[in-house]
Amino acid sequence: MLMNDMTPDNSLARESGVTASAAASTGPMRISREHHETVGDYTVADPRITCRNVDVYYGDKRAIHAVNLDIGRNEVVAMIGPSGCGKSTFLRCLNRMNDTIESCRVTGEIELDGQDIYDKKIDVVPLRSQVGMVFQKPNPFPKSIYENVAWGPRIHGLAQNKADLNEIVETSLQKAGLWSEVKDRLEKPGTGLSGGQQQRLCIARTIAVSPEVILMDEPCSALDPIATAKIEDLIDELRQQYSIAIVTHSMQQAARVSQRTAYFHMGDLIEVGETATIFTNPVHPLTEDYITGRFG
Amino acid sequence: MDSYRLGRHISHQFDNELENIRNRVLVMGGMVEELLQMAVVPLLDSNESPEKLVPRDEKINQLEVEIDEFCSQILARRQPTARDLRLVIAVGKAISDLERIGDEAKMIARKSDESKVKESRPYYHQLRVLVQRVQGMLNQALDAFARMDAETAVEVARQDESIDDSYGELLRSLINDMEDSPKKVRRSVELMWVTRSLERIGDHAANICEHVVYVVKGKDVRHLSIDEMEDEVNKY
Repeated sequence: MLMNDMTPDNSLARESGVTASAAASTGPMRISREHHETVGDYTVADPRITCRNVDVYYGDKRAIHAVNLDIGRNEVVAMIGPSGCGKSTFLRCLNRMNDTIESCRVTGEIELDGQDIYDKKIDVVPLRSQVGMVFQKPNPFPKSIYENVAWGPRIHGLAQNKADLNEIVETSLQKAGLWSEVKDRLEKPGTGLSGGQQQRLCIARTIAVSPEVILMDEPCSALDPIATAKIEDLIDELRQQYSIAIVTHSMQQAARVSQRTAYFHMGDLIEVGETATIFTNPVHPLTEDYITGRFG
Repeated sequence: MDSYRLGRHISHQFDNELENIRNRVLVMGGMVEELLQMAVVPLLDSNESPEKLVPRDEKINQLEVEIDEFCSQILARRQPTARDLRLVIAVGKAISDLERIGDEAKMIARKSDESKVKESRPYYHQLRVLVQRVQGMLNQALDAFARMDAETAVEVARQDESIDDSYGELLRSLINDMEDSPKKVRRSVELMWVTRSLERIGDHAANICEHVVYVVKGKDVRHLSIDEMEDEVNKY
């Protein structure tokens, strides 16, 4: 039976009842749409990263408003929300990627294992190895597959000798689920791999410098469903060892890969909670509107 | 009253699809109510003979399969979340309850048509009360579903207690009769089947009320006492 056959027939509606579209109300929630303080518990028992009152400004424009959020050990936190809601901006604060934007100013506190990452004494180079990032578009270096992975450990001095480096490269590629596909062509250019393989190479490159947290900014949006499924599977495996924060436009992906979900709306963190709850029974009407595909 | 917002999706087609399955549940509900009415006529009025129920029951079964298919299509194509997901799940369960009510109605019709049950005069008043309570509860449960009104759903579900009371009372009378006279055993057993079916219909109507609460409040209230159910509804 085709869905197109499912034309509504209000005349069929129960005489004493009401038609669906006529039953407009605020639904089950009692929180108003104007309430923009975070709903839900943004803390976790064992946080890796804690963010408190984080504001981000681009010049005079305040792009993020007083966001509080923890990222716990061995968990995947998904950040969802419409374009321009500030989720990527917030993600980029977590390893100071916004430092590269001159007009960008971050206030509030962001701590990694209790250490303020915006402290003036902090060197961003080791910080970014502790908090690695995977981008939307795979961006392997124009070098061999081996060099793509070996580059980070080499400059961070993580390998004592060639044998150490070889081991790091192999382990990282294995963790990224790429080893069996590339072990016989490690000297070939990384850019010659398929899109999905390139993204896993980028994940291997991030893993190679022993991070604590991995940030992923729409890591599958340029990939086909099979490559996406492999990355999602990988994210679940990586969770055993790392903390992961992922920004995604795919709500199904957020629902599949994360344990907690944070919904952003116009620079506010509107709601955060267990993913299972957010996708079946969210509290805030703005969250519900977004995940059910309704007009706000 | 807690009215419920189903529309306003960015995709109007999705609005239509959800509205369609809900409307069809209500159509199915109306058909089940009619079937029940036809089934109890010979029970309460021994001069009436039951109309043909089988074709109606077949239509109900057909509608159940059709709505199930629509729900599967929505799940596969739309991947609904939150209240939309809850609605699709609740519709799937409600139609199963309605179909079972249809089966119970058929059972009542079958038993009511047997000559021994026509001798049910001594129980006329008790039976009438039970039938009215069951029909009233089913009607109001379907109304609560049509309006997606969780508060009313709790009130309606509470009526199951009075149905259980009527059922228990009737059962005791039938048992007493059987103890008094072996000649009445067959008639009493047939009537016990009928009353049991009526009591089961009350249970299915209560289930429909629970589905309404689940859709509107996002709370699974199955297997809770009626007071606990009310607490859950008032909490949100």
